[in-house]
Amino acid sequence: MNSPTALIAEDEPLLAQALQAALAQAWPALQVLATVGDGHSAVAQALRLQPDVLFFDIRMPGLDGLEAAAALADAWTAAKPFPILVFVTAYDQYAVQAFEVQAMDYLLKPVQPDRLQKTVAKLQSTLAARTQNTALVEGGFESTLSQLRHLLGASAATPTTTPKPTLATPLQFIQASLGQQIHMVPLAEVVYFEAADKYVRVLTAQHEYTVRTPLKELLPQLADGEFWQIHRGTVVRAACIARVWRDEAGKQFLALREREEKLAVSRLYAHLFKAM
Amino acid sequence: MHSLQTLRLSIPLRTLWPKLAAMLGFNTLVALGISATGAHSFGVSWVFAQCIGLSIWALTEPASRLWVCVLETDWPRLLLVVPLGALGGYMLGSLLAAWFLGMPWDAGLAGLQNQWHYLLLSLLAGAGCTYFFVSRTLLQQAKERHAAAQLHLAQAQLQLLQAQLEPHMLFNTLANLRVLITHDPTRATAMLDRLVDFLRATLSASRQTLHPLSAEFARLQDYLALMAVRMGPRLSFSLDLPAELATQPVPSLLLQPLVENSIRHGLEPQVAGGSVYVSARREGAMLVLEVADTGVGLPGQTLVPGFGLTQVREQLAAAYGAQASVECLAAPAGGSRVRVQFPLKV
Repeated sequence: MNSPTALIAEDEPLLAQALQAALAQAWPALQVLATVGDGHSAVAQALRLQPDVLFFDIRMPGLDGLEAAAALADAWTAAKPFPILVFVTAYDQYAVQAFEVQAMDYLLKPVQPDRLQKTVAKLQSTLAARTQNTALVEGGFESTLSQLRHLLGASAATPTTTPKPTLATPLQFIQASLGQQIHMVPLAEVVYFEAADKYVRVLTAQHEYTVRTPLKELLPQLADGEFWQIHRGTVVRAACIARVWRDEAGKQFLALREREEKLAVSRLYAHLFKAM
Repeated sequence: MHSLQTLRLSIPLRTLWPKLAAMLGFNTLVALGISATGAHSFGVSWVFAQCIGLSIWALTEPASRLWVCVLETDWPRLLLVVPLGALGGYMLGSLLAAWFLGMPWDAGLAGLQNQWHYLLLSLLAGAGCTYFFVSRTLLQQAKERHAAAQLHLAQAQLQLLQAQLEPHMLFNTLANLRVLITHDPTRATAMLDRLVDFLRATLSASRQTLHPLSAEFARLQDYLALMAVRMGPRLSFSLDLPAELATQPVPSLLLQPLVENSIRHGLEPQVAGGSVYVSARREGAMLVLEVADTGVGLPGQTLVPGFGLTQVREQLAAAYGAQASVECLAAPAGGSRVRVQFPLKV
């Protein structure tokens, strides 16, 4: 077996160096292929370098650690098994609770040598088991997907530093501004929501509107089960989904009843579509 | 909190027993008073007093519990409940007492026209007892409200302290410090000194209400220098304080939440980072303080004020009332700009 490889994503330069130095002590055989400082680079470099282990900081510019991991899981097509994820955080009590629940490995900053040693031992045994049993790889990826799905769901539901008013009743209308006017779009007419750069597109059978409320805040206001999240940035009315298929590369798409376009389904949410 | 806003006259059942004991004692006193006038024997007076007193209570208590829910607004209803209860209780109690004593059923009522003073006595006793119990309830509720307010205040102070000592910032700073200790002890010492100053200022901010603007800028310098170690080349900053404004008194750590917002919401999400610019200037009789950044800008057209901004508003309102203002502006080249102004001290 070749020497194991890793990628570090950490936006604070000193801490990235320190983690690399600590890893050199704790696991001399590990080769750190690169360190990056933001979520987008983390995804791009992980795809390019295909390391065995990823150390992702939770708070990063661009995409945060969890979002970057989810984006990577979606884009991962390599024959190599999906890297083992270790999240690093300074103080996120909600994230830490969620990691415990999902049995995800994580490190707290400042990283203590003893704690890092434990993580390294765990990583080494997981990597060794993988080379002997390829069935573990497939199962490992499936469980990583389900862990990420839960972690992303948990992070959307946790209180942020600025508490937003939560609505007890599900949303009835989407108030979308169009020029000087506010359009009252009945939620019942919405086919899907799609997150764009700084706003969210709201699509009905005939029209398109935009709102500035982030998808994360819209989601909790939608009635349970009526809309399905199929991608990090896409939420579709379940009743409007016509069919789902896979292309040659294994990517999943869905077609809508009332609109022409096809929508990409993330691997994270592919479990929603199974024949009865 | 809800139960405190509505002053309810609802009392749990266990408080009925002391109340009953108080009533029995009070009725005995009334009986003693009547027998002392020589009109009736103590035994007869006692049975009449107990029957009438307890009947009045039995009528007014449920009525006031059901109908006088919120004392503060419903109290006029007591003006109806108490006289009616006293009249009804007097009649009911007289019948009961006559029955107990084996006297003719109308023994207590027959002479109603010439015994009107007994009715008056019942009315006064009913009103007196109601007043006594109501004022006790009000006192109890006032105590509870005071305790809840104290708790709320303590929670607010804790929340403020937690926000100022943002744990994420603290642990990341310590993690950086841990690295520097081995690799660059000189920088580590400098960083530790900044951290000490920052922590000392933060912890004393709740006690000290005003400090000079120069101290405010020094604390911002500490905080930004700590952040600059962490963010490396992603953060640049400058502070601009004209010498003649250095001694102006300002609420301590007033600008801190604004600078934190600039970093947390403006620069941290931006891959390239950016810069923060803090300035003070004089405009007529006003002192204008500004925190500007080149971050991702304000979300949407309307800003939902978060904890930091609310804190600044409250601090200003407490110190200067309506003379102070806070404005959030989108900066011309992206980013955000928050402008605070209040009267200069001459």
